[in-house]
Amino acid sequence: MKHKRRMELIRYILIAFVSVVFLFPFVWMIIASLKNQAQIMSTDSIFIFTPSFKNYTEVFAQYDFIKFIVNSFIVAFASTVLGLVLGLPAAYAIAKYKLHKFGIIILIARIIPGISFMIPWFIIFSKLGLVDTYTALTLSHMLVGLPFIIWIMISSFEALPQELEDSARVDGCTLQGAFFRVLLPLVSPGIITASMMSFILSWNNFMFALVLAGDDTKTLPIAVFNFISYSEINWGALMAAAVIITLPILIISLLLQRYIVSGITSGAVKG
Amino acid sequence: MNIIQLWIEKHLKYIFTLPSVLFVLIMIVFPVGYTAYLSFFDWSMSSVSPPKWVFLDNFKKIFFDDPRFWPAFFRTFYFTILAVVTQTVLGVAIALLFFRNFKGSNLVKTLFLLPMVSTPVAIGLVWLLIFEPSIGFANQFLGYFGIDPQLWIASPKQALPAIAMVDTWQWTPMITLITLAGLSQLPNENYEAAAVDGANAWQIFWKITLPLMAPTIFAAVLLRSIDAVKHFDLIYAMTQGGPGYATETLNIYGFANGFQYFKLGYTSAILMVFFMIVLIMSCLILIFRKKTEVTL
Repeated sequence: MKHKRRMELIRYILIAFVSVVFLFPFVWMIIASLKNQAQIMSTDSIFIFTPSFKNYTEVFAQYDFIKFIVNSFIVAFASTVLGLVLGLPAAYAIAKYKLHKFGIIILIARIIPGISFMIPWFIIFSKLGLVDTYTALTLSHMLVGLPFIIWIMISSFEALPQELEDSARVDGCTLQGAFFRVLLPLVSPGIITASMMSFILSWNNFMFALVLAGDDTKTLPIAVFNFISYSEINWGALMAAAVIITLPILIISLLLQRYIVSGITSGAVKG
Repeated sequence: MNIIQLWIEKHLKYIFTLPSVLFVLIMIVFPVGYTAYLSFFDWSMSSVSPPKWVFLDNFKKIFFDDPRFWPAFFRTFYFTILAVVTQTVLGVAIALLFFRNFKGSNLVKTLFLLPMVSTPVAIGLVWLLIFEPSIGFANQFLGYFGIDPQLWIASPKQALPAIAMVDTWQWTPMITLITLAGLSQLPNENYEAAAVDGANAWQIFWKITLPLMAPTIFAAVLLRSIDAVKHFDLIYAMTQGGPGYATETLNIYGFANGFQYFKLGYTSAILMVFFMIVLIMSCLILIFRKKTEVTL
């Protein structure tokens, strides 16, 4: 028995250690965002210092972060809503008619490296005058979110019993009527998962915005990346900016963690 | 029901799938075809000199006369193997650690999700500060154990492993999550039989848990490998391929050629090679998927 209890103790110590390691970068980011440059540069008192929110006020006053937040939000929101408009019916049809070939096309969209279509996009969007517009960014981000939306929703629709649709049909519903009025409300947990994945993927996206965004549509990842192009890195402001980007996502994920788990594991575990 | 509704209902299959399929065709298939077409040209996106047909010259140059291509190629796989192997071993180990319930397990598992959802660029820059040779916490931490400070990201040798470490920090939770989901579905009988036979925990893991879990873990590994081969955000945010070309993977090299040097024809050829590599990997996945019956 004593042996067992000691093993349990070791297990708890290991769990605590793993938790500390995985949370540390977040803690470090928040600590550094509350320090001034001199405090960050000094290695004497790492954890004991007088916190100040000066970095945050600086980020908003000097670097126009409100605009970047709005840009990121518009693109993430638009690409998610449009992704749902395209993806929900497609997922339903793939699930109902067992169109597994389409499923594979979607899989390919998930797998192809984004960079292999960046050059044509850049050329075409330039010709159409769409570089540095929300349109180009939204379209490109939809491509990241849509495969996840369809993927997650196929298994949601497959999980619904066929009788539901049948009884709606008996009551005089058309197929499309049954889809909109009966089935869609029932898969709303799946829709929440899919929307969150799509939103987060767009919010975090870097490469597409690096090429397609300009001064008017710069999203948060680009804005924070630009901090390190200055000759001396303003670490405090950079960390404050990093907190501003990650905090909304972290809070949403904590509140809706159940949905996030199924979103992330989708595609690897049988749903 | 009127005639329009009937028509819609009859063709619902196509009406519902067509928008998505068209979108994918326009946004992926056509551009990839265009990239393939451009790969036979020499073109620097200038209006003065139009694209010049050079047929396979770009590919010849890539394979035989480009000092940066092969190093980038091997670096891509070095990074992928390093990152994916580390996160798989750690991820499975942590899943076993977390599997039986413990006090606060919900909280720990929830917090464990956070690295995966956080913005790679932001996280990359946080790690840049941690790895900073003179003020970063990484060297201070080593100092506690009397280990000499390292250069980390600033060293050509350590930069790529350091980035792989950040990737590991971010994606180990995914392996853990998938493994935990798999573990909870394992049948109990095998364990009871093993317990009756007096097997110890180590034997049970190697003889029962691991073989049963192999398909699940394998699916996770393949997904992670494809993402690691394509990896861009962390590398570009932390080093942009430097110091020198020490962290330049194929994706970074393609990006630099295309959007810094604007050699669009040559870049297209590089991207087609890269595209083929990822495609071959994906085909392997589809083959394995049939064998292991894992849904991707």
